[in-house]
Amino acid sequence: MSSIVDARGLSCPQPVLMTVNAIKKVGRGEITVLVDTDTSKENVTRAAASKGWALEGVEPDGSGYRVTLAKE
Amino acid sequence: MGKFVQFFATRWGIVTVGAVIGILAQLLQKWGNPANMGICVACFERDMAGALGLHRAAVVQYLRPEIIGFVLGSMIAAYMFKEFRARAGSAPIVRFVLGVFAMIGALVFLGCPWRAVLRLAGGDGNAILGILGLTAGIWIGVLFLKGGFDLGRSTRTYASVGWLFPLVMLGFLALLLVFPQAVGEDKSGVLFYSLKGPGSMHAPLLVSLGIGLLVGFLAQRSRFCTMGAIRDFVLFGQTHLLSGFTALVVTAFLANLALGQFHPGFAGQPVAHTMGLWNFGGMVLAGLAFALAGGCPGRQLFLAGEGDGDAAVFVMGMITGAGFAHNLGLASSTEGVGAHGVAAVVIGMLVCLFIGFTMRKQSA
Repeated sequence: MSSIVDARGLSCPQPVLMTVNAIKKVGRGEITVLVDTDTSKENVTRAAASKGWALEGVEPDGSGYRVTLAKE
Repeated sequence: MGKFVQFFATRWGIVTVGAVIGILAQLLQKWGNPANMGICVACFERDMAGALGLHRAAVVQYLRPEIIGFVLGSMIAAYMFKEFRARAGSAPIVRFVLGVFAMIGALVFLGCPWRAVLRLAGGDGNAILGILGLTAGIWIGVLFLKGGFDLGRSTRTYASVGWLFPLVMLGFLALLLVFPQAVGEDKSGVLFYSLKGPGSMHAPLLVSLGIGLLVGFLAQRSRFCTMGAIRDFVLFGQTHLLSGFTALVVTAFLANLALGQFHPGFAGQPVAHTMGLWNFGGMVLAGLAFALAGGCPGRQLFLAGEGDGDAAVFVMGMITGAGFAHNLGLASSTEGVGAHGVAAVVIGMLVCLFIGFTMRKQSA
């Protein structure tokens, strides 16, 4: 099951807050986060890592990025 | 290049940036900037408002090149690393009003978060209350964030929108070069200058500009933010940004010891007053406004440099706020709070609470 968080256009700390909330909600599995700045990409990845989630991949998506996070 | 990019996102990257800023700030003081004010974003924007005649407080008038450098340095970094993204449209009027009250709060304390820690590093004990107030204000902001507070999304827009604020800064730089300070004159062309007081104390123009550009570049790469440092710790228990902020305090303190600029005490500190309650209260207001707006005054300049039109509106709010603060007797002086400073802090808190309570997503 994959959950999608759309944080495009949101400023700090909303992307991280939304990602952390999604992590709490799904517990494990895969989460895709859409962001539109490099700062958000780094912040989301860092926050996920601190919760034990691995970075599965980052793909360009429009003018931003599609960040995929996963936890077994 | 790849390793260089990644370095700034690491803990050592942000620590290095904080450490470098701490040293550069003290060097700026040694080379002419006011005491414990090597870098102060709020004070410098206030001085710029004075130079442009938006207020006429004679002792704080100088079009600070550091601020111009912060924006342009960030823009250079953003272009070099393909991060320039013109965006705007996230509650601009709210950001403007938050900027106004952030400045008013900072001028009741006499400094932004950057100067609060530089004051501490210089031995000014009054800064402790300011930093406690800042933390309290950010903590209130975190409560709103946890409750679903959100300024809404920005959207991508024309590159020219992102260019506008850096162009304003280039225009200010042109004014500085066309109308340089004349010895003993308080006006040169359209610009006002200070003959005494903090506005008259500054490092040479090119030194200030160069250091500003360097700090802007480094801060854009590392996302250095003094408000975020405290917010992320309170909100997430994260210490990434905080380690950079801490590094700044440590190196600023050591640099002060080395340069003979450390003078511990409470009374008679430079550009400071000893009214503890309002050192605290002013920074509660500023901290809350910064937290709701998503960045410290420095970070707003760096964001504006990488194309964020909403951050630029916040900065314009701060510059306008400096006009209000000095024209209406809200700003403090070394004597203590201004005639209407306390009333302004109370009104500012009410406005911030109104914004915080009403701008919440229903099902966060």
